[in-house]
Amino acid sequence: MKLSLTFAAAAALAAGSAFAAGGQRAALLDTLAAQAAKETPGFAGFSAERGRALYLGPHAGGKAETNACAACHTQTPTATGRHYKTGRDIPPMAVSATPKRFTDPAEVEKRFERDCPNVLGRACTAQEKGDFITYLSGQ
Amino acid sequence: MSLRPVRLHIATAVLLLATATAWADEMERVLPVAHAATQKECGECHMAYQPGLLPAASWNRVMDGLADHFGDKATLPDAVAADIRAYLTRNAGRGDGRLLRISEQRWWLHEHDFRADVWRRKEVGSKANCEACHRLAGQGDYDH
Ligand code: HEC
Ligand code: HEC
Ligand code: HEC
Repeated sequence: MKLSLTFAAAAALAAGSAFAAGGQRAALLDTLAAQAAKETPGFAGFSAERGRALYLGPHAGGKAETNACAACHTQTPTATGRHYKTGRDIPPMAVSATPKRFTDPAEVEKRFERDCPNVLGRACTAQEKGDFITYLSGQ
Repeated sequence: MSLRPVRLHIATAVLLLATATAWADEMERVLPVAHAATQKECGECHMAYQPGLLPAASWNRVMDGLADHFGDKATLPDAVAADIRAYLTRNAGRGDGRLLRISEQRWWLHEHDFRADVWRRKEVGSKANCEACHRLAGQGDYDH
């Protein structure tokens, strides 16, 4: 299991011009890691693999039409998503395709607060949030 | 556009529909959204609908019900919600204030009397997806 920081730093380097964005993403992951360390016993860093499972689902507990993050964000994170109900386009979640992803903490938190209950029927834990961002930072 | 229905001839237009048609023509262009918070917070899941598309009473109902917004949770911090409510109601248009949806307003139904399968087309998906057919809807231009 790799540490989140490695992922974020690698993504930032690869993106070049997106270096500042990479820094903001890394800072957000640090905050989440501190929270996860308190919340989750035995927390040992974020996992892209767990993030992928969260993203792709399927999950029980939420709404039937949205049993995975992929229901709106598509199975392929580098592809443009589509809101399952309104039909509106959603820019890709993969950081390689949308370098600004996960850089505005308030925006990110607001969406986790809305999207997780729709899919899981409950809020996401800090570990799940970090896993999710870690997975998409590597996509 | 391929979906464009044949326009009613003025001569054959039924008197009853005249009001609705006149309204709709006024609506070819509505003022674009000129409020940053509305654009951002109400433009994520669908386009940010222009305030002129609904009467103030409808906007108030929409803003009262954000916790269960057509099945989605769309709650906002109180101050932001109040700011958006003020913008929408101040610039509101006309219509039936008992209806939440633009797509249930009489003028809208009159303009969009299409076969049911049109709405099920993959690229449309929903009546609320104005941009699927009106490319410039985001700028308040419904004439295209
Ligand atoms: C009902 C459709 C829908 C589902 C299902 C959904 N999302 Fe989203 N999500 C959106 C929309 C719409 C946006 C905002 C548009 C954007 O950021 O491009 C968004 C944005 C986000 C963002 C903000 C990213 C940023 O850079 O600001 C995060 C984080 C997020 N979603 C997480 C999730 C997670 C985690 C799941 C699964 C548990 C999920 N979403 C499922 C519709 C959805
Ligand atoms: C979390 C996602 C989300 C956010 C944020 C959101 N909406 Fe919606 N909105 C929806 C969904 C889902 C529908 C129903 C679409 C459908 O039936 O196809 C909808 C429908 C609507 C409709 C009715 C459209 C029609 O059919 O005529 C209005 C009006 C509306 N929203 C206004 C707003 C306003 C104002 C805001 C900002 C305060 C907002 N929405 C924010 C998800 C959202
Ligand atoms: C399936 C495609 C489709 C969708 C989706 C759609 N429209 Fe339309 N709309 C049309 C067509 C076709 C016309 C008729 C255009 C004409 O006669 O010039 C029309 C006419 C209109 C008019 C009158 C324009 C004029 O020239 O008088 C308005 C206003 C309008 N639509 C608003 C909306 C809004 C707001 C939404 C989303 C809530 C929406 N439409 C969704 C296809 C669509």
